[in-house]
Amino acid sequence: MKIVTLVKYVPDATGDREFADDNTVDRDAADGLLSELDEYAVEQALQIKEAGDDVEVVALTMGDDDASDAIKKALQMGADAGIHVCDDDIHGSDAMVTSKILAAAIEKIGPDLVVTGMSSTDGGMGVMGAMLAERLGWAQVTMGSEVSVDGGTVKLKRDTDTSTQHIEAALPAIVSVTDQSGEARYPSMKNIMAAKKKKVDEWDLDDLDLEDAGMEASYTQVTETNERPPKEAGRVVTDEDGSGAAELVEFLSAGKYL
Amino acid sequence: MSNVVVIAEVVDGAVTKPTLELLTIARRIGEPIAVVFGTAGDAAAKLGEYGAAKVLEVADAACAEYLVAPKAEAVHQIVQANDPAAVLFPSSIESKEIAARVAVKLDSGLITDAVDVQADGTATQSVFAGGWSVTGKVTTGTPVITVKPNAADPEPAAAAGTVEAFTATISDAAKGAKVASEEPKAASGRPELTGAGIVVSGGRGTGGDFGPVEALADELGAAVGASRAAVDSGWYPHAYQVGQTGKTVSPQLYVAAGISGAIQHRAGMQTSKAVVAINKDEEAPIFEMSDLGIVGDLHTVLPAASEGVKQKKA
Ligand SMILES: Cc1cc2nc3c(=O)[nH]c(=O)nc-3n(C[C@H](O)[C@H](O)[C@H](O)COP(=O)(O)OP(=O)(O)OC[C@H]3O[C@@H](n4cnc5c(N)ncnc54)[C@H](O)[C@@H]3O)c2cc1C
Ligand SMILES: Nc1ncnc2c1ncn2[C@@H]1O[C@H](COP(=O)(O)O)[C@@H](O)[C@H]1O
Repeated sequence: MKIVTLVKYVPDATGDREFADDNTVDRDAADGLLSELDEYAVEQALQIKEAGDDVEVVALTMGDDDASDAIKKALQMGADAGIHVCDDDIHGSDAMVTSKILAAAIEKIGPDLVVTGMSSTDGGMGVMGAMLAERLGWAQVTMGSEVSVDGGTVKLKRDTDTSTQHIEAALPAIVSVTDQSGEARYPSMKNIMAAKKKKVDEWDLDDLDLEDAGMEASYTQVTETNERPPKEAGRVVTDEDGSGAAELVEFLSAGKYL
Repeated sequence: MSNVVVIAEVVDGAVTKPTLELLTIARRIGEPIAVVFGTAGDAAAKLGEYGAAKVLEVADAACAEYLVAPKAEAVHQIVQANDPAAVLFPSSIESKEIAARVAVKLDSGLITDAVDVQADGTATQSVFAGGWSVTGKVTTGTPVITVKPNAADPEPAAAAGTVEAFTATISDAAKGAKVASEEPKAASGRPELTGAGIVVSGGRGTGGDFGPVEALADELGAAVGASRAAVDSGWYPHAYQVGQTGKTVSPQLYVAAGISGAIQHRAGMQTSKAVVAINKDEEAPIFEMSDLGIVGDLHTVLPAASEGVKQKKA
């Protein structure tokens, strides 16, 4: 069985995230890393590998040169190989275009299962799994807190606000997993060494028989990006002998929250 | 006048507040056609009251038996039959996924998590945990836009609200992900988190005892929220997590007790109108965004405040 795990390279949320002059995410402003939410996807792919026989895990990313770091991290965690879709013409692609490119790459790799994160930590749309399932005509089994593969069937547990559901789908399928699916492993020293010998292929748009990509080909246009002024801190009081509670009650009463 | 397809959320027979907000926004663009999965019942009148000229009921059982794909086919067919100026969805996890598939089917642009939408379809989003505001537009196809709760104040505007059954044709291909079994969860009896006017949240600082948090919430008629640290510790169910990978709330008042204010938590509550924080550590980042900060132990401050509120109300 072959599993593709999608890994996105994103700016660190604890750094200074910014937009560049062309209204795309400024990839130089903050350090980049493998999206934490995709670490959960890699982890689940590896667990399926460990539970089965002869399973290969391929980490796939689309992004500029630095995005190879996301693949590197996935390889260090234990993925077997990487594919990096990288092309100058990709810059500024929106979700519709990204899904076209990733779908083409997935078709070229030919996996039985694709595992994605629940959402990227920069764009945060949470739609890529659904878009890919639609484009590929595969079953969409998203937002899992538990996932397993049993023969040709993928099984998933997911929580909605009102219920817990158990989902089943025949492969091939697209699965997304949440941050409730279990902590991602740290790369071991042995795996960090082993990762250096693993194969990473770079593909450009030609390799995928695609022509149009990037901002020009996108279906949406960002016209403006503005940094919000930080909220000003209000009053901070120290609780002494019940003064904190008194302040709180006064605040609630004055603000007509009672 | 052109029409706008609006996907309505009806929970336990009642139209959700975000749906009323969505209808209010939709009217800026055209005449709303509301889509309800299942039966509309009493909800139809409410949808009409807020501007839905038509209410289309999609009753096909496949929509409940399989994930997302059947609903996307139904919405796509409704769009084809009505040629709307835009398709609007609430920004729930499931609705965003339906929207994504509809966008691909229509070969149209998709914008998610709008906090405002203008008459010409220009949408504003709040990104990077609220640090940036982004304005954009769909440039190709029929705009498919998902809108966050609290993007507008719901305004009534009576319309016919004529209920019609819409018979969707669901393909076998859409029946790929079967809901094999489903167990309902117990309801908390408190206001629904994302629409609540007041939210009282607890974090790691509760030490596992949400009693004082719940007590103040009940005194204020508020919803209860939790940080991920509290959820990961098993102290409160995940459905109540506020933040990047939980719920986004935008109440009049957000009370954070024993929560440090990590960027991923702030991502879910930064649009609250007022914030009060109770934290033992005067350096906690949550104080930087609080209207009132109380440096103290939540185990003493919260119960005393609940008691004070009770007396004030008496
Ligand atoms: C990809 C990703 C997604 C995430 N998504 C979310 C999310 O959706 N929601 C979320 O909340 N977090 C999320 N996080 C986690 C986030 O980074 C923080 O770890 C988390 O919010 C911390 O929760 P906390 O504030 O309760 O705990 P802590 O950071 O440990 O803070 C506890 C606070 O309680 C105070 N305290 C202790 N005892 C008392 C007392 N007796 N009285 C008063 N105060 C006390 C302490 O001073 C401290 O400030 C995410 C992280 C990542 C990487
Ligand atoms: N450029 C990309 N490269 C690889 N994976 C991606 C990319 N964009 C999105 N994904 C995957 O799709 C998931 C959802 O992304 P999004 O819909 O952008 O929130 C992410 O968690 C990733 O697993």
